[in-house]
Amino acid sequence: MSTRLPNAGRLIDASKQIEFSFNGKRLKGYEGDTLASALLANDQMLVGRSFKYHRPRGIVASGAEEPNALMNMGEGGQFEPNQRATTTELFDGLAAKSQNHWPSLDFDVGAINTHLARFLPAGFYYKMFIHPRPFWKHVYEPIIRKSAGLGRAPKDRDQDRYEHFYTFVDVLVVGGGVAGLQAALAAGQSGANVLLIEQTADWGGRAQVDGGEVDGKPVADWIASTLKALDDLPNVTRRDRLMGAGVYDHGYALGYERVNDHTPSNAGPRHRLWRIRAKQIVTATGAIERPLSFAGNDIPGVMLASAVRDYAVNFGVSVGDRTVVVTNNDDAYLTAIAMKNAGLDVPAILDARASANGDLVQQAIDMGIRLEFGRAIAAVKGGKRVTGVKVCAQIGEGAVLSEIDCEVVAMSGGWSPVVHLWSHCGGKLNWDVEQQMFRPDATRPPTSHDGEAMVTVAGIANGYLDLNNVLQDADQAGKNAAKAAGSKPKTAKAPTASEATISPMEPVWLMPQGAPIKKRMKAWLDFQNDVKVSDVQLAAQEGYESVEHTKRYTTLGMATDQGKLSNINGLAVLSKALNADIPQVGTTTFRPPYTPISMGAIAGEARGKVFQPLRRTPIHDWNMANGADPEPVGQWHRPFAYVEQGETVHEAVNREVLNTRQNLGLLDASTLGKIIVKGPDAGKFLDMMYTNMMSSLKPGKCRYGLVCTENGFLMDDGVVARIDDDTYLCHTTTGGADRIHAHMEEWLQTEWWDWKVYTANVTEQFAQIAVVGPNARKVLEKLGGMDVSKEALPFMTWADGIIGGFDCRAYRISFSGELSYEIAVPASQGQAFWDALIEAGQEFGVMPYGTETLHILRAEKGFIMIGDESDGTVIPQDLNLQWAISKKKEDFLGKRAQLRSHMADPDRWKLVGLETLDGSVLPDGAYVVADGTNANGQRNMIGRVTSTYYSATLDRGIAMGLVLHGPDRMGEVLDIPKTDGTIIKTRIVDPVIYDKDGEKQNV
Amino acid sequence: MSNSVSALNGENVKGFVQVSELGLQGMITLRANLSTPKVKKAIKDVTGVLVPKMRQILHDGDNSIGWMSPDELLILCPHSGAEAMVTALNDALGKTHALVINVSDARAMFAVKGADARDAMAKLAPTDFGMGFQPGEIRRSRLAQVAGAFWMVDQETFNVVCFRSVARYMFDVLAVSAEKGGEVGYF
Amino acid sequence: MLILDCPYCGTSADETELSPGGEAHIKRYGPGSSDTDFEGYLFGRENPKGVHFERWRHANGCGKWFHAARCTMTLEVFGTYAAQTFEPPQEIKDKISAKRPGWSWRDFS
Repeated sequence: MSTRLPNAGRLIDASKQIEFSFNGKRLKGYEGDTLASALLANDQMLVGRSFKYHRPRGIVASGAEEPNALMNMGEGGQFEPNQRATTTELFDGLAAKSQNHWPSLDFDVGAINTHLARFLPAGFYYKMFIHPRPFWKHVYEPIIRKSAGLGRAPKDRDQDRYEHFYTFVDVLVVGGGVAGLQAALAAGQSGANVLLIEQTADWGGRAQVDGGEVDGKPVADWIASTLKALDDLPNVTRRDRLMGAGVYDHGYALGYERVNDHTPSNAGPRHRLWRIRAKQIVTATGAIERPLSFAGNDIPGVMLASAVRDYAVNFGVSVGDRTVVVTNNDDAYLTAIAMKNAGLDVPAILDARASANGDLVQQAIDMGIRLEFGRAIAAVKGGKRVTGVKVCAQIGEGAVLSEIDCEVVAMSGGWSPVVHLWSHCGGKLNWDVEQQMFRPDATRPPTSHDGEAMVTVAGIANGYLDLNNVLQDADQAGKNAAKAAGSKPKTAKAPTASEATISPMEPVWLMPQGAPIKKRMKAWLDFQNDVKVSDVQLAAQEGYESVEHTKRYTTLGMATDQGKLSNINGLAVLSKALNADIPQVGTTTFRPPYTPISMGAIAGEARGKVFQPLRRTPIHDWNMANGADPEPVGQWHRPFAYVEQGETVHEAVNREVLNTRQNLGLLDASTLGKIIVKGPDAGKFLDMMYTNMMSSLKPGKCRYGLVCTENGFLMDDGVVARIDDDTYLCHTTTGGADRIHAHMEEWLQTEWWDWKVYTANVTEQFAQIAVVGPNARKVLEKLGGMDVSKEALPFMTWADGIIGGFDCRAYRISFSGELSYEIAVPASQGQAFWDALIEAGQEFGVMPYGTETLHILRAEKGFIMIGDESDGTVIPQDLNLQWAISKKKEDFLGKRAQLRSHMADPDRWKLVGLETLDGSVLPDGAYVVADGTNANGQRNMIGRVTSTYYSATLDRGIAMGLVLHGPDRMGEVLDIPKTDGTIIKTRIVDPVIYDKDGEKQNV
Repeated sequence: MSNSVSALNGENVKGFVQVSELGLQGMITLRANLSTPKVKKAIKDVTGVLVPKMRQILHDGDNSIGWMSPDELLILCPHSGAEAMVTALNDALGKTHALVINVSDARAMFAVKGADARDAMAKLAPTDFGMGFQPGEIRRSRLAQVAGAFWMVDQETFNVVCFRSVARYMFDVLAVSAEKGGEVGYF
Repeated sequence: MLILDCPYCGTSADETELSPGGEAHIKRYGPGSSDTDFEGYLFGRENPKGVHFERWRHANGCGKWFHAARCTMTLEVFGTYAAQTFEPPQEIKDKISAKRPGWSWRDFS
């Protein structure tokens, strides 16, 4: 049984009881507990089922490396799968459910797989389900998907909020253990601006449990005084519950702060993603203990030695009365000593080494603990929990020498430094033979923008396992980082700890070393992904020599824990099987984040109403309040149509089209780009920007122009107005405003920087309203203030004036073929001016119209639309726009490209009008087909539909398209198939089908 | 005109800092060679404010000038006086190659006010809001997903300028950053 | 996530303030140029492992285009400089020579 000890742990407050639930069962814990410690205190040893064989799994670790205790946490909008119980702080009302079992944790049908384990080795799925081919998609995959996976995917919208936080520091110190504290202190005392972050809520790291003395005082006292010293430094900030998640280029680091995970009822964000720019980064991330590989090492009750003592010391939790320690190093003796000190029994320490004489070994002997050298575990007894171990000789094949009854097996295979952050951005590792670990190679660090090292590793993470070396190394790391960041470190010496005698550890990758296949098939390497020693050996046997391939073939080190416990053991087994040295085999790539971070934290504030910016015109609110069916155009929402009560969108469009043709329509054209181009060279510059001549335009006049890329392709179009000798106003499409402004600036800044031209994007300075229809002049005359007659303001001219009391600029331009004015007023008066037009227009039949009507009106006139008739591969010549391409100009952007042979090819598809014989509306994007097939066996295509609408004016479908030799084939009937295979017979016609002579717009 | 309205008509919200849209604000974009004596004099004569140096914002009475780029200034003045100031600047600059244009209505301006204003701003912009950032400096950057410029009015107040069309987004995103419970306690 | 010093406004600009503009120092060929020259201008680009010259725009900042000399392998930045030039400043070329002896890039070395 696991229970709570009478003497409380150092982290819990036994006076504050907390209620929580596990699989619906109500349980009690204390403030300061983790979910894992509280479960153990309630004798809940079984916490989940393994991924593949559904074997019972218990808690193995006490920190971020935990592979088994993954929970479905919370409910509804707070539900989240795969949460580690070991890093989940207990709070009142916490609701956790175990994963990967059916129908229940205690009785799981999938556990049958464990009896089939012999038939489910590495690569089983790859080999088994490849034949017959069609079975994968329709049979195998659906079944496998159902039974695979850990937690459930959330169904409800996440109800919490998240945010980012940008910060810039001289030195970022990751890890709040002894090394991190000393490094931060050394850096802080040099005057550097330091941010020290710790992933848990507890400072001091392993030293708080493992003890020791610093400068002659207990290490806990030193931790307390160092925290105070750090807090007294104004240039040092320390934050807990903030994990260093990743290190990236140029000193960019991500920190993952769990702001309210432990206090979910608090206001405020749940997680905060810190986006840190550090001149230097010190990683003091400690080490992770390695399991040992022996038969039955996955049975609940087999735990990391350090975790067993963590639960006792930190949380006052006994995992069981009798703990057998099995180890290849001195460190695990701390667990035996801690158990004894807690009043618990340690039947034996099984030390795989032939002998050891370190200080801790001596201490254990002095305490009267039974010590057996050269011993290994032949097998663990028990099913859903440990009942005992069978002991054998490490050098043998597993002949059982004795059996020991126990509830806990505390294992230690040595320690692996946490080198993840060092490695994320390219830091290299060396294999330390003596300590059997990968250590950072300081001569091959990750480098920053200046080519210099940007990460230093300190303490245990750097491979220094004893306290004194940790302090010295961390002190130096802190000073070096501060110096590299531009501060002057103090010469103060680092504190010292008494040096201990440690006996050398011995590599033990399999227990016993000659274990036969039956045992190797029960010796787990990766608890989360169910990978055993035998699987890795099979992979090697089948030719998987690369560690990266072996990882993917066996799933070793995949999923949420990314091999924190399994990687080193796995690659040691692989290297043995390949008969290669460990460094030759190498490690898999360490990728951020260190542990999984929430998707919410990554998204930050960008959700709900601020998911993305929505641009609004001055008339936006009116539009939305008056039935606008919003159409996204860039980041704007333009009204597609203004839908009245009882009307469909289609009916609204037809009404708007007819009304604009017959009476008066208003269009909110504020989104159209307006760019001022000014300077003595403005005309010369615009002659380069546009295909036609702009320098010859007279002040007061307007001209339609085309903008091409240097590749010759049509990029944008719009009406240019010449304001005065030096000044032009260039209209762009809605989507083109920012793009064309940037395009102009690019050429001015990087090619013609000696030309005297300034540009300014004034799109949003104005509300621009198109007043369109036979009654357009009447409504403006009614409002009064400026002469808008044909004589005073002819077609394609503009004038400044006052209309209805509003200062405005009126352009006589038309995109509809009707009598039309575009009136620009300051944006702050846009709504008032719109209101005035609506009011004055009542007697003239005014109606607002949306973008669909705009499209239909222009299509009836054969006007092209950027993005419909153009798609980045179309040149103006394709659209019969030769009239807008100057032949006089020596140069303009796109001119040289349009002379290339392919551009001048007479077989390029060209713009025509398309008229269906039955009057129906062509499908958008449909292709025109010819007889025969191409080399790929596809039907030959000779054109496509670019714009297609129902025209209420003509009461039939109208369309434009690009067709091979189209303009030469007027009157021909084409075949245009629909997706259902039927053909629409369509005649080639002139694209201009309404008011061919332009009489209506020119009145 | 009296019927002029700013993008959000002075809307404000209080979280751990106060976020307010500041109503109508005159703004003028001036582009010219800022190092020439004639340009410097014209600007000083008309606005009363000296030409700011790189990333500097200078204030005098109702007028301020912020440095936007080596050849661009943002002149802040009362909204009703912007058109007249454009005319005056054009007159003073004479034939000098320059672009002066009223952009008052193309923009929106906000105040983020409170002891923890730096914290609220640091959630949105990849800018160092440490004590190195002080009144007198103007910075153009990105706030969440839109471009903006900001400066400090005093130790507790930032002013933020963005395009008018994204005023609602800017207000909302500042308000989210300022929500109670989101205090960072960093700066 | 690069950080580049904008030579125009003096800020260390986060990559999210910048927009990339491809290779720097490309000579424009217009009407009258040969097909080969024009093709090289439009499509011929260096793809070095090592020293490279690029264009960047401080898009969410002062809006100016500038050039950066950078190592594509280590991301070391040798320097940034104004876009209004036909070749990198001598000082930056010297810096590259000190760090990457024997480098060459198009016509520069």
